[in-house]
Amino acid sequence: MKISLSVNGTQHSLEIEPRVTLLDALRDRLKLTGSKKGCDHGQCGACTVMVNGRRVNSCLSLAVMHEDDEITTIEGIGTPDELARLQQNFVECDGYQCGYCTPGQIVSAKAAIEEAKAGWPSYVSPTLADMGELDDEEIAERMSGNLCRCSAYPGIRQAIAKTAKEDA
Amino acid sequence: MRPFDYTRATDLEDAAHHLSSGSTVIAGGTNLLDLMKIQVMTPDHLVDITRLPGLSDIEDTGSGLRIGTLVTNSDLAGDTRVRNGYPVLARALLAGASGQLRNKATTGGNFLQRTRCPYFYDTAMPCNKREPNSGCSAQGGDARMCAILGTSPECIAAHPSDMAVAMRALDAQVEVRGADGETRMMALDDLYHLPGDRPDREYALDKGEIIIAAHLPAPSPNTRQTYRKVRDRASYAFALVSVAAVIEMGEDGKIANAALAFGGIGTRPWRDPEVEKELIGSEPSNELFAKAADVLLRDAWLEESNAFKAPLAKRTLISALRDVTGLSGQDHYDMGDAA
Repeated sequence: MKISLSVNGTQHSLEIEPRVTLLDALRDRLKLTGSKKGCDHGQCGACTVMVNGRRVNSCLSLAVMHEDDEITTIEGIGTPDELARLQQNFVECDGYQCGYCTPGQIVSAKAAIEEAKAGWPSYVSPTLADMGELDDEEIAERMSGNLCRCSAYPGIRQAIAKTAKEDA
Repeated sequence: MRPFDYTRATDLEDAAHHLSSGSTVIAGGTNLLDLMKIQVMTPDHLVDITRLPGLSDIEDTGSGLRIGTLVTNSDLAGDTRVRNGYPVLARALLAGASGQLRNKATTGGNFLQRTRCPYFYDTAMPCNKREPNSGCSAQGGDARMCAILGTSPECIAAHPSDMAVAMRALDAQVEVRGADGETRMMALDDLYHLPGDRPDREYALDKGEIIIAAHLPAPSPNTRQTYRKVRDRASYAFALVSVAAVIEMGEDGKIANAALAFGGIGTRPWRDPEVEKELIGSEPSNELFAKAADVLLRDAWLEESNAFKAPLAKRTLISALRDVTGLSGQDHYDMGDAA
């Protein structure tokens, strides 16, 4: 099938089979290898990208279903020369060890901060009317779709809390 | 994944036509694609309904909410009418899956998601649901994630949804469009077959029928609602046991009304009117709640590896009821107010 994908503001034309996942299209065809393949079953979150501003598992998504969608990958969030504030805070707070899950953590965290700003409660929010502070427990719950086998969770949560506070 | 043809449906009629000729509908795809990767599901043809207009809206019908089949789990949980009027549903949705999955998973797809029985996923093992008459590996095997209510000698697979459990407690109905274009409403309970001797036949849907919406009745003000979920880790895990409770307390301190549904323990989202009868009109007490739990579990089928679910379900029900009736003194519930 011939499709066009809009990734980080750039339009790409692709000839692909329907069974190619969005993750494989990004990594193997567009050479955007920041998004990682961890479990390939939606359990680890290493493949997290944003589709129209919402975080999703790109491994559980067919590329052909995302024509006309706006896709944002880690490459669209910052560059080594120009890190986004969230990326800077991951560095400052030691929010990683091996780094494999980090792109997914950062894309997911960026979306999670936006979700909290929009007032979306979580399962641990005391009331559903509005959510209070984005504290440690809230961040842990909201980031439970991203695993870190090195268990750098304390640093990850700190980096997210710091960014949310700077954003506010 | 096996190769397949892909079609983007132009309208519901087109989708129904494809469905009638053997296609599989894809929407969020979070469960279907997972199953296709491990070849538990091997459709030759997928019909994509995500671009169809009018299926992604939550409408106030005057007598409740009509929730389009493509409304995502996160949009439904975030909707202020749901948070205010049906908090048990918002909590159940937020208890399910992860932020990423909730952004993709749809209402209709959540109803129709497949069991997480490990043997359904393992194509090297017998499974009557996956392959009729091949046997049930869960019985005598690892049945930790399996059901104890509504089971049959052929199958003990649990329905894994959180959302559908809350919907059961709220008396939700499902709007289904037939291949002929006519729509019908069915109680959520009627959507699911018990496994019986044909666990592969899961839904009471005719060929070409598509779920187009879920309907919630008008919210019940002054109800106390909670969704209590017990699982193997604090977040992002399927329920071992879950309880959706919608309780109305009378001014006399007695339970005026009760709607209870259970997840993790039933072959379908489980509701048992006998349990509710036990509670209605009585004063809250530990003894009453224990008795209600015994009624719930009267026909439980326990495997060695999931026998723990009977005492766990009992304790979870007692704990949830203690909170929503005020017996515990803990305000661990949400108030259902007018949406």
